[in-house]
Amino acid sequence: MLPLIKQEIVEKKKVLTDEEFIEGLSVAQSLPGAIAINTACFVGRKVRGIAGTLVSVLGASLPSFLIILFIASFFLQYRHLEVVQNFFRGATPAIVALIIGAVVDIGKSALDDWGDLIIAFILFFITLFFNLHPLWIVLIGGMLGVLRRK
Amino acid sequence: MIYLQLFLAFLRVGFFSFGGGMAALPLIEKEVVDTYHWLSNGEFLELVTLSELTPGPIGINSATFTGFKVVGIWGSLVATLAFCLPSIFLVSLIFRSLSYFEENVWVQHFLRGLRPVVIALIGVAAYSLAQKGIKDWFAIMLGIIVFTLVYQKKINPILLLLLSGVAGLIWYGS
Repeated sequence: MLPLIKQEIVEKKKVLTDEEFIEGLSVAQSLPGAIAINTACFVGRKVRGIAGTLVSVLGASLPSFLIILFIASFFLQYRHLEVVQNFFRGATPAIVALIIGAVVDIGKSALDDWGDLIIAFILFFITLFFNLHPLWIVLIGGMLGVLRRK
Repeated sequence: MIYLQLFLAFLRVGFFSFGGGMAALPLIEKEVVDTYHWLSNGEFLELVTLSELTPGPIGINSATFTGFKVVGIWGSLVATLAFCLPSIFLVSLIFRSLSYFEENVWVQHFLRGLRPVVIALIGVAAYSLAQKGIKDWFAIMLGIIVFTLVYQKKINPILLLLLSGVAGLIWYGS
């Protein structure tokens, strides 16, 4: 998806330079929310201020919005059908496999810092055992990051 | 009231979903399944699968889907807007002082501290979805096959997701 954004913004429309795009992207990735939406906010802001931000966000979210609206309007009527249920029963293990793959990938990149891995394990278990709202995990982890490096 | 709940739920999702769509799943699940019961476990699994099969961020997809299911198009609009608001707010807030944001050690240490959080949350997502959706040996086998094909053979995950669904269609249907 990012090469697509870059092609449109830097190469075709030339609204940002390469450097500005990379800076925007690093900010977009570190802020919460969807990266595509954050990037849109940043680019829009750079080009036309707050109005630019709003228009870009509208443009970046509208396709997903319409696609899901379209799918949901049919899906919620037909999801009870046995064929539909069987398809999703088969697809779920694949989703789980993809997510486990993502954990493995990111876990590997954290191998240079054992503290990170240990904290990840602890946060994983306390989320499950205490059924904590994940926003607390985000705050605890961020605070630990500050405390460890102070 | 329901609009306010939708708005606040997806505002929280938008504000705390660091590290991409998969890490956001436990947050979305907490709000839409555990807290408000807007989606059943099965519907949540289906939403995740549909999100994977369609383009676009999972935050937007889940907001649109949940809002629509709960109150219709206006619900979709409110939830999706709520999800985008934190992005609009935060980018506007830091835009004028980008270099301050990038160089402030507190901010950077906080963000650095989120790496284990992202690992933990994606792990929670995997555990929770497995617990809800993998109930027999056929499902376990499918999961292992897909994992191997994606990570050893680098086969397209979307294709495998579809094939896995078709396998379910055949196996559970007969």
